[in-house]
Amino acid sequence: MRSKKPILLIEDDLIDVMTVNRVFDELNIKNDIIHKQNGEEAIKYLQSNNHESPCIILLDLNMPVMNGIEFLEEAKNDDELKKIPVIVLTTSNDERDVAESYELGAAGYMIKTAEYRDFVSTIKEIESYWTLSELPD
Amino acid sequence: MQTKRPFILIEDDEVDILSVMRAFKELNIPNKIEVVKNGQEALEYLENVKTIKPSLILLDLNMPKMNGIEFLKQIKANDKLKSIPIVVLTTSSNNVDINKSFENSVAGYIVKPMDFTSFKEVIRKVYDYWQTCELPD
Repeated sequence: MRSKKPILLIEDDLIDVMTVNRVFDELNIKNDIIHKQNGEEAIKYLQSNNHESPCIILLDLNMPVMNGIEFLEEAKNDDELKKIPVIVLTTSNDERDVAESYELGAAGYMIKTAEYRDFVSTIKEIESYWTLSELPD
Repeated sequence: MQTKRPFILIEDDEVDILSVMRAFKELNIPNKIEVVKNGQEALEYLENVKTIKPSLILLDLNMPKMNGIEFLKQIKANDKLKSIPIVVLTTSSNNVDINKSFENSVAGYIVKPMDFTSFKEVIRKVYDYWQTCELPD
């Protein structure tokens, strides 16, 4: 990514977390990954005094406690957090999820495929675009 | 982007309009580009019932009448239009512009390079990213 700041990954499935880490290694993406298991944990982390501000957020939708849509609602209502680009990364291709995510200001919506090589391409696309794009402070 | 719906380019500079058109043509991007000259025209165009909802908006910031940031505030307050992803395409690398744009939920902020070859590469990357993304109806 353009920024050296970490990426926040909000994901409850530990296999998916491992896969994202593996793809980052494979593509030689240098940004650290901070992992939170659900929206509530992520909000708590982002609102704590000693957090590292992420350059982008990769957000799963189906999670217990606070799901992705609820997280977006919270984050976009917070003056400090609302400027961080949030990219949805999910297995859901439900049209309502897509529409709601963009209504809440998502900066992309990518489908997680079971196929590893396709997933690598998806992450590569995210990395290429967010290296090209400027990012907020 | 599985959609063939048009892009909207909000841009007042004739030379910049031509280079976007030329880049789309040379990259064989099938989506049509509708050009409007400022934020006010863009809102009028988007609010017209006959308008096909665009897949993506490319937005310049420095324009007469209604500038890019003013346009962002208006469109993000409109329930029917706020889900359309907006990518800023500008010569301004000013931090205030970058932060304000992301606070208003832009889905990317690209500083236009001067030479056409680099510009074409930028357009290709933007297109590829949105091609990979799901988009709202």
